[in-house]
Amino acid sequence: MDAIATHETLVEVAGCRQAYHKDASADVVVLDDVNLTLKSGEIVGLLGRSGSGKSTLLRIVSGLLAPTAGRVEWRGKQVHGPADGVAMVFQSFALFPWLTVQENVEIGLEARGVAREERETRAEQAIDLIGLGGYEHAFPKELSGGMRQRVGLARALVVHPDLLLMDEPFSALDVLTAETLRTDLIELWSEGKLPIKSVLMVTHNIEEAVLMCDRILVFSSNPGRVASELIVPFAHPRNRLAPDFRQMVDDIYALMTRRPPPARVPQPGAAATAVAQTHAIHSVSVNLLAGLMETLAAPPYDGRADLPPLSAALQLEVDDLLPIGESMAMLGFGEMVEGDIHLSESGIAYVNGTVDERKEIFANALKSRVPLAAAIRQVLDERWNHRASAVRFRDELEDTMSPDYAEDTLHALINWGRYAELYAYDEDADQFYLEEDEE
Amino acid sequence: MATSSSLPDLATTRRLPNGFDAFALICIVGALIAVARSASGTLAPLSALEVSPIQLDPWYLPGYALRTTMRMFAALAASLLFTFTFAPIAAKSRRAGLVMIPLLDILQSVPILGFLSFTVVFFMNLFPGRVLGAELAAIFAIFTSQAWNMAFSMYQSLVTVPGDLAEAARMFRLSAWQKFWRLEVPFAMPGLVWNTMMSMSGGWFFVVASEAISVGDTSWRLPGIGSYVAAALEARDLTAVVYAILAMLVVILAYDQLLFRPLTAWSAKFRVELTQGVQADDPWMLAMLRRTHLLRQGVDGLSGVFNWITGLRLSSRAIARPQPGPPSRTVDMVWIGLLLFIAAGIVWKLFGFLVIQLGWADLGEAILLGVFTLIRVAVLMVVASLIWVPVGVWLGLRPAWARRAQPVAQFLAAFPANLFFPPVVMGIVAFHLNADIWLTPLMVLGTQWYILFNVIAGAAAFPGDLQEASRNFHIGGWLWWRRVIIPGIFPYYITGAITASGGSWNAAIVAEVASWGDTKLTAHGLGAYTAQATEAGDTARIVLGVVVMSLFVVMCNRLLWRPLYAYSTRRLSIT
Repeated sequence: MDAIATHETLVEVAGCRQAYHKDASADVVVLDDVNLTLKSGEIVGLLGRSGSGKSTLLRIVSGLLAPTAGRVEWRGKQVHGPADGVAMVFQSFALFPWLTVQENVEIGLEARGVAREERETRAEQAIDLIGLGGYEHAFPKELSGGMRQRVGLARALVVHPDLLLMDEPFSALDVLTAETLRTDLIELWSEGKLPIKSVLMVTHNIEEAVLMCDRILVFSSNPGRVASELIVPFAHPRNRLAPDFRQMVDDIYALMTRRPPPARVPQPGAAATAVAQTHAIHSVSVNLLAGLMETLAAPPYDGRADLPPLSAALQLEVDDLLPIGESMAMLGFGEMVEGDIHLSESGIAYVNGTVDERKEIFANALKSRVPLAAAIRQVLDERWNHRASAVRFRDELEDTMSPDYAEDTLHALINWGRYAELYAYDEDADQFYLEEDEE
Repeated sequence: MATSSSLPDLATTRRLPNGFDAFALICIVGALIAVARSASGTLAPLSALEVSPIQLDPWYLPGYALRTTMRMFAALAASLLFTFTFAPIAAKSRRAGLVMIPLLDILQSVPILGFLSFTVVFFMNLFPGRVLGAELAAIFAIFTSQAWNMAFSMYQSLVTVPGDLAEAARMFRLSAWQKFWRLEVPFAMPGLVWNTMMSMSGGWFFVVASEAISVGDTSWRLPGIGSYVAAALEARDLTAVVYAILAMLVVILAYDQLLFRPLTAWSAKFRVELTQGVQADDPWMLAMLRRTHLLRQGVDGLSGVFNWITGLRLSSRAIARPQPGPPSRTVDMVWIGLLLFIAAGIVWKLFGFLVIQLGWADLGEAILLGVFTLIRVAVLMVVASLIWVPVGVWLGLRPAWARRAQPVAQFLAAFPANLFFPPVVMGIVAFHLNADIWLTPLMVLGTQWYILFNVIAGAAAFPGDLQEASRNFHIGGWLWWRRVIIPGIFPYYITGAITASGGSWNAAIVAEVASWGDTKLTAHGLGAYTAQATEAGDTARIVLGVVVMSLFVVMCNRLLWRPLYAYSTRRLSIT
């Protein structure tokens, strides 16, 4: 890897911080003190859970977003807006539906004022390179997802960017299609056929990162920080089943399920400030939770499983599996440590319970382990009409997290509270309330 | 895009003109001559109108129809121009949007016909003694019936451009000009085409109403179908009225087939959803355009020029956007303060003007008459709904019928209902009926079709599995209506009802007063009030009538339709 050291530096990010400004309260920090150096000749992956700010970092590097603080340089110059020589592939493809494949590919060249003839030849080359020949005059809506993302790739490559940015490029595709696209891309890259010098990609798929990248930055969430940096020492093409490969995937799982350092100090006893202690909760449906717990309780796992094989067996990616596991851990039904997941006693009791017993166990878990749920119930008990507006809880949540997360968290609380029959929620009025027959 | 044929000799033969070309050529030359001859009439001195009064001979009708149609398209061009300037400004500048959007909202509710008298005077002064002034006044009236919803639709599209596409445009460094033409306009296209079509449908009503204008002692008759009908009414010539209806039928059929079918089919390609929907066949006109080689080369050439112009990198590139900070409060305060000041000034002026001429009694009268008209509109909406909802549901649930009924309903909505007034008026006179009751249906004559075709669309889109489920559980009778189909079509019904009630208010000005020869029929209502004030040239009462009517419409929208619409999209839309 020392060869890379002699390569030119393309991107330099130093002390980068991104925060939402929320009026009348502290800023919500998305990215904090992120440093990144990108040299030519390498594929770098930004790996993290959703909400770790990795996509934000990609947008900062691209020049689409200016950071709140910190320095971003492209080839030694401060970045002010999308730089020449940087192109992006989008998760949602972002193709213009009214333009044909050819016109979509040409758009970047057109924006630069490249003459029509040259535009056509270059587009033709990119289209052929990426395996889209014959589809030039098709419209995006006629293509499958995989073909659409190929158009996205061709559109980015045609401008001959030094740096290719990819924002979860394969996550909207099915497993097989994604795999074909990955191997095609890596093959072209190793053969030196891509007119690019370096790739920076965002992913939440651990295997994808190990399969494609030379270097992986693992992000931690809340606020987004680079938790660790890993060099992937394998040569392309890589074998997913090689023991070294598996070991690395396992290690990253362990890294990502490691408990965050106890940064927040709990303030016991104060229901009113319960909100302030609440982390963003992923809105995980009770069915998923119960399903995972039942799977874990049954053979072959018998209450304990290794995450990578479990993820493969359930066909859930880290980003889907970890939130369920975390919710489970938060409710005290189990634990996730170092890439393992296991059920606790109350988790086993839940699995073996009848419908009503399950609800009771769930309600107790909510009351004792989710301060905000307990606070909602307490407020409702105190009110004469047993009604309380959700706005207040939402506002308080937004003091510590972005509006999206606040909404997600509230959504989780509504669903869990409804399931546990701890409280009900009236969508029209946006109010929590207690059902009459409960007392 | 070149022809896909790989045989070179075939490709060259296909470049030769074919039968379609000959037909197309004749059409184009004919159209050019007709347009030129009609246009030359507008520069004539005003006296020309008196020299050649409206002829009731049906042979004059094609010429009149052409003049009417040209007015329509002139107004459409103006509306498009307005849309492409107003909407981008309102969308790009938050502070401008703060004023422009509510303004648009109010303008949509103002009864346009009430203002005809002012605009006529204004334009006549602009071109004294020329027909052009009266023409422009008529065109302006049509413009005011078309422009607002088009601009609104464009604005809506501009502020809802998908985030990833906007990002891609920035990433690939499209300039603001390129972005506007490559991303924003295409994205706005389906909505704009649909609203243009709605506008045109509404416009026929106003073009007919605005050709024969009289303010105080002066009156104009612009050559056109509207004037023809007005003349026929004076002469008590029912045959002429029937001829006019037939002519209008042909015109609307032609514009529907030649322009809007192809346009809507074409605009489908701008829809953003990336799934391949059901592809309808090209309407014959679009097919002809695509098959006629000369025309296609012309179109290709034009689109080449268009692409070249819109591809120019006119403005500067995008720069990185810092996280949008809170907008400056002080500037906002100053801006809003300024707006309030201007608004207060206008209200003061208006109030002063009205107080000098009118008393509180006049205001009371206007409001009372407004309540009468409100009752009329409400009753009509209920009656029209009771009739057309079951019919629409019945048709919509039978795909074969829905396909046929939908264009018919749309066509009926476009047909200027005022052409059908004379036969109804004749009936009322002949049977000595109560004008207060029997003039009322005229208000929904043209607008009820919006309910019908929206209900058909809703019923046709009603999910098959829900229908099967309700059949499986033997849900029938009233329960089926209450629990299944009415909630299912409700969002569609509301959309139709909003359009219909808005149109009815506007139609009141024409529908509450009717005449047949010397016999004048008047119903009690705000529409008749405004119409009579216009005829008498009583400016203060016109203003009062229009303002009160606008208030009624705005109140209806705010207190009834908006909440209903919000409720239906939130709770009853099937996703």
